[in-house]
Amino acid sequence: MQANVEKNFFELFGLPVGFNLDTADLAARYRALQRQFHPDRYANATDPERRLSLQITAQINQGFQTLKEPLSRGRYLLALQGVNTDEETDTRMDPDFLVEQMELRESLDEARCSAQRGERLARLARETDALLRARTGALGSSLAGGDPEGLRRARELVREMQFLKKLAREIEELGEVD
Amino acid sequence: MALLQISEPGQSTAPHYHRLAVGIDLGTTNSLVACVRSGIADTLPDGEGRHLLPSVVRYLKGSDPLVGDEALAAAAEDPLNTIASVKRLMGRGIKDVKRLGGALPYEFAPGESGMPRIRTAAGLWSPVEVSAEILRSLKRRAEATLGGDLTGAVITVPAYFDDAQRQATKDAGRLAGLTVLRLLNEPTAAAVAYGLDKKAEGVFAIYDLGGGTFDISILRLNRGVFEVLATAGDSALGGDDMDHAIADWMLRQAGVEVSADPHGARRALRDARAAKHALSQDEEAAVRVTRPDGSIWQGRLTRGEFQALVDPIIERTVAPCRRVLRDAGITAFDISEVVLVGGSTRMPRVRERAAAVFGRTPLTDIDPDRVVAIGAAIQADILAGNKPQDEMLLLDVIPLSLGIEIMGGMVEKIIARNSTIPIAKAQDFTTFKDGQTAMAIHVVQGERELVADCRSLARFELRGIPPMVAGAGRIRVTFQIDADGLLSVSAQEQTSGVASSVVVKPSYGLSDAEIERMLRDSIAHAHEDNDARNLREQQVEADRVLAAVESALAADGTALLSPAERRGIEQELARLRSLRDGTDVARIRDGISALDRATREFAARRMNEGINKALAGHRLDEFG
Ligand SMILES: Nc1ncnc2c1ncn2[C@@H]1O[C@H](COP(=O)(O)OP(=O)(O)OP(=O)(O)O)[C@@H](O)[C@H]1O
Ligand SMILES: [Mg+2]
Repeated sequence: MQANVEKNFFELFGLPVGFNLDTADLAARYRALQRQFHPDRYANATDPERRLSLQITAQINQGFQTLKEPLSRGRYLLALQGVNTDEETDTRMDPDFLVEQMELRESLDEARCSAQRGERLARLARETDALLRARTGALGSSLAGGDPEGLRRARELVREMQFLKKLAREIEELGEVD
Repeated sequence: MALLQISEPGQSTAPHYHRLAVGIDLGTTNSLVACVRSGIADTLPDGEGRHLLPSVVRYLKGSDPLVGDEALAAAAEDPLNTIASVKRLMGRGIKDVKRLGGALPYEFAPGESGMPRIRTAAGLWSPVEVSAEILRSLKRRAEATLGGDLTGAVITVPAYFDDAQRQATKDAGRLAGLTVLRLLNEPTAAAVAYGLDKKAEGVFAIYDLGGGTFDISILRLNRGVFEVLATAGDSALGGDDMDHAIADWMLRQAGVEVSADPHGARRALRDARAAKHALSQDEEAAVRVTRPDGSIWQGRLTRGEFQALVDPIIERTVAPCRRVLRDAGITAFDISEVVLVGGSTRMPRVRERAAAVFGRTPLTDIDPDRVVAIGAAIQADILAGNKPQDEMLLLDVIPLSLGIEIMGGMVEKIIARNSTIPIAKAQDFTTFKDGQTAMAIHVVQGERELVADCRSLARFELRGIPPMVAGAGRIRVTFQIDADGLLSVSAQEQTSGVASSVVVKPSYGLSDAEIERMLRDSIAHAHEDNDARNLREQQVEADRVLAAVESALAADGTALLSPAERRGIEQELARLRSLRDGTDVARIRDGISALDRATREFAARRMNEGINKALAGHRLDEFG
C-alpha cells in the first residue's frame, strides 16, 4: 500500500522543480494540503486511511521545511541531481572564503569583548546577512543552467551558506544574552 | 464526517449521533473539564457549582481517595497522604525527584523501572496513578453532567513537555478509563479558544505561566489554520516556585528549620500562596508562622520585599521568550497580540515583564483559568466527528530536538525542535567495528550536544546484523512522531533487511503490562466484568470502522472502484456487521483486520485523488 508519496517535494506541492519560488504561494499550498491530509481530518476514517494520512502529512511537513528556506531548497535541488553537499570527507573550501570566514570570526570575538558589544554584534549580523543574501542570489543562477560547472558552483555556495548560517545563529545567540 | 469532507467539502450528509467528547486541562494546581454543547464550549461545574478542581489527591486507609477541595483542605493536617502538584513528577525518575528536593514533603520509594512511588497510608502510588485519580474524578463529573459514557477526551499538556512526560499523561488517561483522542499543547488550546472567539488573524504570542510550568508559543492564525511557529518554555517553573520562595522567607524570618516540620512547611506554603494572591492587588500582606513549639511569629510582606523574592523567578521566563522569537524567525515587532494564560499571569509584575519583552500591552480579557480546557473541548468535539471539519486545523510542533547517542557520548540530532508534527525522518549510520552483529540505540531528547546533558528516553538494540567489515553495515534509524507528539523509533540494517523497532517507552514510564494490571485491578475494584468491557470496546471499534467504510463507499465507491472491487469490500462489511452483534471478541477483531486489508487499495486511491483536489480546490481563492 503506497499512496503517491514517492513524488518529489516540488511535485507534491504542484510546483515546477526550480530554485525560484514564491514563499507565500508555497505556504498557501502547504495549508491547502494540510487541510486535506492532516490526521485530525481522519480521526473517524478507516485505518488504512489514517495510516496514510500520517505518512503523507509527515511528507508534507518535511517538504515544506525543505522548500521554504533557500539553503535547504538549494541543497535539496542538488540532491535531486545526485550531488551530495554534506560529505564530511570533503573539507576543501575556496581559500578566499576561508579568509573571509576567519575575519568574520575575529570580528565576532572582538565584538563579544567590546564596550559597544550590542552595536557591534548588530553590525556583524547585518554583514553576515548581506553575505548570505548575495550567495542566495548566486545560488539561483548557478542552479538555473543545470550544467556541471553550475552544479559545482552551487555546491560550493551551499556549503559556504551553511557556514554563514551557523555564524549568524551564533551572533544572534550572543545578542540575546544581555 | 471526515470522509465525506474529502469529496464534498462542507457538505456532511452522513447521519450520525452526537458523541460525547470532552477537553481536560490537567493542571499542576487546578484541573478542569469542558465540553461543547449546542455549539457552545464551556467548562463543567461540579454539583456545588465549582469549575476548578484542585489537583490534589488524599489517600485514606481503607476507603477511596478524596480528590479536589476536600483533599486540599486536609493538605496541612495530613501532608504525607495528600499529594499536590503531582504534575511536576510526571515522567520523572527518582533522581529528578530528589533534585526537586525539599520542595516536596512526601516520602518516595523507588518503583519498578525507576519510576518513583509515593508512600501513603493506602500504599505506594506512582505519579501516573495519582493523575489518573484526578482524571477519573473529572470523567465522573462529565458523565454525570452530560448523561452518558464519554467517547473520548483531549487532554492538554504543557507545550514544553518532553516525550516521557507526554507518555505519562497519556497513560494516566488510559488508566482513568478514558479514550485519549489527542494530547494537545496548552498554549495551542488557549489560542484555539481565543482565536475562534475573536475571529482573529495574524501572529500571536501565548504566554502561559501556571502553577508548575511556563510555556511560550508563537502561532500564526490564518483562515482557521492555527500554525504553531515555535514554542519554548520551562516545564518546572511557575507559581509553585514563588510559593516556595515566599514560604522559605517566612520560615527564615521566624527562625524555623524548614525540613524539621512537614506540617509547618505545608501551612507555610498555603499562607505564602494567600499572601501572593493578596499582593496582586494590595501593597502589603500580613503573614504569620506558628513555630513547632507553638509560639507565633507575625510580620508583613511588603510589595518591595515580595518583588525581590519573585523577580528572579519571573526573570526566568525572559530567555525562552527571546528564543521563541528567534526560532519562529520573527521579531517582537511582527506580533499582533500577546495573550496571557495561567493563574500566575494575574500578577501585575508578570504582566509588566511580558509587556516589556514583547513591547506591547498583553490581552487579559479572557479567563486565564478556563481558556485551556475550552480550547481542548473544541478540539475534542472535532475529533469525535461532531463537526463539519473544514473550519479549523491545528498544526503543532515538537518542543525539543530528538536524536541518538553516537561515539564519544555526543548526540546526533535527527529531528530538530519546532518541527511541525506529525513528522518522520531517517538517518543512516554505519557499523564501526569489524564483524559487528548488534548495534545499541540510545534515544535522547534535548538541545545540548552531550548525551549526559539531555534526557534519556529509551534504549534498544538491533541484533542479527550479518558480520561485515567496519563501515560496511548501513543502519537506517527512523524517527516517527505522531500527532500527539509521541515518538516511535525503528532501525533497519539496509543490506540485510534486519529490522527492529520500539514504540519509545520512556525509562521512567509504566510498562504496558503494568498499565494492564492496574486497569484490571481498578475494574475488579469497580465490580465490573473484564470480558464485558473488552467486548464493548471491540464493538465500539467495529462500529467506528463500519461507519468509516460505509461513508467512504458512499462518497467514492462508484468513482474509484470497479464493481468487482466494490463487491469485495461490501462482503467484508457484511461479515463484520454480523460478527459485531456476536460475543466473540477475537472474531470481531479479525473481522476488523479483514476489512482493513480489503480497503487498503481503496484508501490509497482516495488519498491520491486528494492531492490533486487539495491544490486544485484552493487555487482560485488562495493562490490567485
Ligand atoms: N490572583 C493571583 N495572583 C497571583 N497568583 C495567582 C492568582 N491566582 C492564581 N494564581 C496562581 O496561579 C497558579 C495556578 O494557575 P493555573 O490554574 O493556571 O495553573 P495550572 O494550570 O494548575 O498549572 P500548569 O498549567 O502549570 O500545570 C498558582 O500558582 C496560583 O497561586
Ligand atoms: Mg495550566
